[in-house]
This record gives sequence, structure tokens and C-alpha cells, in this order.
Amino acid sequence: MTGWLASFLNHPATYLKYGWFQISISNLIVILIMLVLFAAAILIKFPKERE
Amino acid sequence: MSTSENKMWTARLRNAWQRNLPVDKLLPDDQPAYVASWIYVFGVATIAALGVIIASGIVLAFQGPAWYHTSDIGKFTNSMHFWSVQMFFAFMVIHLWGKFWMAAWRGNRVRTWMTGAVTFVVSIATAFTGYLIQTNFDSQWISFEAKDGFNSVGVGAWFTVTNLGQMLLLHVAFLPLILGVITFIHVLMVRRRGVVPPIDALPFDMEVRK
Amino acid sequence: MSTGRHTKEEFDAAPWHGKTRKYDIVKEGVIAVVVVSVLAVALSLLLGSPDDTPLTFKGWATSNSDNFYATAVSELAGTSGTATYGAPYNKAADGLNVGPLWLQKWAGASRPIDSVNDFVIAPLSTQVLSTDIASALATWKAATAKDQSTWATNYDSAIAKVEGKLSDVPAGNYGPVPALAQGLTDMAKAGGLDAALLSQGGFFQTDNTKQILFFGDGSYLDDAGTAANLQGGTWGMMNETGRYPGQAWLWLYSFWYQIPPFNNEESKPIGANADAYIMFLMGGLSLGLILIPLIPGIKTLPMRIPIHRGIWRQYYEENGIKRRKH
Repeated sequence: MTGWLASFLNHPATYLKYGWFQISISNLIVILIMLVLFAAAILIKFPKERE
Repeated sequence: MSTSENKMWTARLRNAWQRNLPVDKLLPDDQPAYVASWIYVFGVATIAALGVIIASGIVLAFQGPAWYHTSDIGKFTNSMHFWSVQMFFAFMVIHLWGKFWMAAWRGNRVRTWMTGAVTFVVSIATAFTGYLIQTNFDSQWISFEAKDGFNSVGVGAWFTVTNLGQMLLLHVAFLPLILGVITFIHVLMVRRRGVVPPIDALPFDMEVRK
Repeated sequence: MSTGRHTKEEFDAAPWHGKTRKYDIVKEGVIAVVVVSVLAVALSLLLGSPDDTPLTFKGWATSNSDNFYATAVSELAGTSGTATYGAPYNKAADGLNVGPLWLQKWAGASRPIDSVNDFVIAPLSTQVLSTDIASALATWKAATAKDQSTWATNYDSAIAKVEGKLSDVPAGNYGPVPALAQGLTDMAKAGGLDAALLSQGGFFQTDNTKQILFFGDGSYLDDAGTAANLQGGTWGMMNETGRYPGQAWLWLYSFWYQIPPFNNEESKPIGANADAYIMFLMGGLSLGLILIPLIPGIKTLPMRIPIHRGIWRQYYEENGIKRRKH
């Protein structure tokens, strides 16, 4: 029942490498999501009054 | 209030509590008008993720650390634990970024920041022990690699990352307790001091009592 | 109103008397729990979680029996990583230091491991052995420590000289060591070593230290770590098996291992003691995070870089507040 798409994740990961720097695509995605959420939280207008 | 009551420990505790954190301060239904940004939801989101972590963790604890290797429900519960931890850290770090850029330690709120930062550090330790008790290749590898760091500063003499029993107990008992208590104190401090006012807030909005 | 530092702090601490808005924190909390739960359920159903099966001594001895055999010999000869480690397992080395602080040594050998007996002799002694291996074990146990050491060291050096190619090892004064190593290899191949290393002749056991350390002395675990890109020298601390996200929050810890002098074991004193230096460094930086509100230059950064103008945009616009210099 769990992990319908897990077969996609159970493969050797892809890494981006620049000299001594490297990061897995998965970690990069997580960090990008965090940055996007942070930016969105500041840029998107908060509803004026909630009941 | 009579003098004798003033001397009683119980009365003193109650009075201090009432003074510092009356219930309408603990559960307010309004906030200063400047509390109007999505950044404010990430503290609550972090606690929500912690709730899912604890709930899925309790189920895992009932079945033992090896259950999820062979059971479908176990695998699902383990996955809930895994993803809620990823969300927990993501939300906590966004919350931390937000509070940093608000300089949220202003106005006698330094200890609120400090308890929050300690929570972050303790969370890393808690997650780390979780990775060690997965009873899979990952935990074999992490325990072999990580032992050198702890041994190098003498901590390894007591904190033995290769000892599954020790890591299991720390992960499900000691560390969550510490994490829970500090988080609780952190939230009480936030409620007691109120949400930090904006940088450059207007003077007439604040009532300064000397 | 004075804008002195003291007054400014009092001002920020004062109760709010400006406009307020309705804000339902309980409702917000319930919505947060629902959203996070739904996300966790969706991610779990779709992606599952990483779970690579653990390695076994059986797998090691079967897939690379020469390496396992040579590792067993190195345990007897006292040349393995574990046998030469130092605290907390033994006193064979001083361990790492930071300047005058020899914390590793001072903490003492609190988790003693005797690689000869714990890794080889005791596990073999739990088995029903073939005649030649049983007599080799008896010979070893009856021999003096000096003889044991001579045999094991001779054989270990001979294997090292031919770079682990066992068929090329010349004959020599090895005593019962080849038979013991063969016996342990056979035992591991049959699947008997994993449990014997853990139980050490007892019943309840929850400490896997001996298994993990023996594993690390050979190339099997190390190769698997390299294949999964989990080595510390390549940001492995942050990574996870498969394509799952790892402990990304360890990025700063992992970072130091990538740059000089920490990534160079030859560089003294820091590179050679990188583990200890990085522990101290991260301890200091963690303390720094906790103490940010007190650190000049950093605590004023939020005033100088106006991200707060976005966060409190609504308040600033409604009150026509322009950015002020701090």
C-alpha cells in the first residue's frame, strides 16, 4: 500500500557536482522548496481579517 | 492579599503565573494588527509536524524497530515518520529565518530566541539517533562513520552510536522528552511576551511603562 | 521619545496598544495539523521511505571471501582499524587531540574490545568445528602470547606483501592462524557469525558495536558506502540511500569535511584531527546560533537588510512608515 512511486526513488541518486561542492537532486529540491516557501510567505499578501 | 498568603510558596507561584501568563494571554483571540504575514504560520506548522512525528513514532514504538521492514502498515507508518521529520525541519528552519529577519529577540525576547535555537540543536540530535535505529544499511553506515566524531572528543565513551539499545532508548524516551519540554517553554515565552512589534513601529502604538 | 538603546528595548517590550485584529490561533493550529497530516499521508503513499537491507557477514564472506579472510587475520595480528583504534575500545593509540586537550584518551577505554578474542576466538569457540579447525583453535588457546603474536603477525605481513592475493602467500611460520581464518570465513559464509558477534555467548544483547567495528575493518562496508555516495568526504552525511532526501540540516557539519585543512589527513594539527576540530567548531557555531541576539554585527543585520519591510508590509503601508536608518 505504501510507496506507489517508490520504485522511482529506489535507484542510485543523481548528484550535482562543482569541484568540491556536491548535492543530491533530492536535497536540492528540499532546499529549493524551503526557499520558495520563505519567499512566498513574505511576498504573498496575507488575508486582511479572518473570522 | 494578606501577608501570610504572600509568604506561601503555592500562593507565590499562582500569583506569579497569574501576573505573567493569564489565560487570555495564553489563548488570545486577537493579535496586534501587524501580525499579518504568512511567515507567522511556520511556527505553528513546525509544532503540527512534531505532532505527526510523535503520533507515528508512538505507533512505531509499539511494534519495535524492525517491524517496518516486513509490514505494509509498518512501512506506511515509518514513511509518515520520515516525511513529517523532513517537513518539521523545513518549517522550523523557515520559522528560524523569519524570526531572524524580524530580529524577534527585541524587547526582552532574547530567551525566546535562545530556547528556539536550543530546540533546533536538540532536534538534530533526536533525528540523528532516529537514523541510527532504522536497523537497515543506512544505520550501519551512519553508526560506523559517526562514532569517530563522538570518540574524538571523548563523548563516545558514554554516547555509543553503535549501541542500538542505547540509541533506541535515547530516541524514544530521553530526547523527545527534552524536545517536548523546551518546545513547551518556548511557546509559553512567545505567549507571555507577545509577538515582537515591527522594526520602526510607531511610538504611539506602544505603551511604555518605566 | 528618546531613541537610546535602553529605551528602544523597553519600547519593543511594552504591551501593544495599537490596532488589533482577530486571530484564531486554535483554528490555525488545527488547520496546520490537518494540512501536515494530509501532506505526510500523500508523501508516504506516493514515495514511501528509504530502507536498504542491512549488510551481513554472510554477504561479506560470500561476495569477497579473501577480503574477509584477510580482515580476520588482521584482527588476530592486531593490525586492524579496531585493534589500533585507541579509546574508547582499547589503549592501542592516543586518539585525536585539539591542542593540549586529549579528550579521547582521557575519556578512557570504557567500551573495551579485544579484537582477537571478541572477533575471532570467542565466536569460533561457540561452533561445532571440523577436526583441523578445532585442533587449530586448541593449539592457539594453548600457545603463549608471544607465539600467537609471531604467527599472526607473520601471516598478516605475508598477506599484506602480496596485496591480499591469498593464493600467492608463500609458506611460513604461521601456526594455526590460516586454519582459524578459514574457520571464521566458513562460519561467516554459513551465516553464523552475525549473531555470534552480537551475543558473545550471552542471551540478551542490544549492543551492535562489535559487529559494526568488525565490519568497518574490511572493505565490504566501505565499498557499499562509496557506492551509495555516503562517504563523509563527499558530503555523505547529508545524503540518504536511493533518491530520498537526507539529513540536509547537517550541511554545515558536512561542509567542513570538504575543505582544507580539514579534508587533508596529512595536514597537522587540524587535518589529522579533523573529527575533533570540527566537533569543537560545530559546538561553537551552535552556541553562536543560540547567542545571535547578543552578537554585535549579526544582531543588527535584520535592521540593515530590509526583509522586514516585506513581512510587515501591511502595517508599514497603512501607517505610511518609511524605512529608517539604524
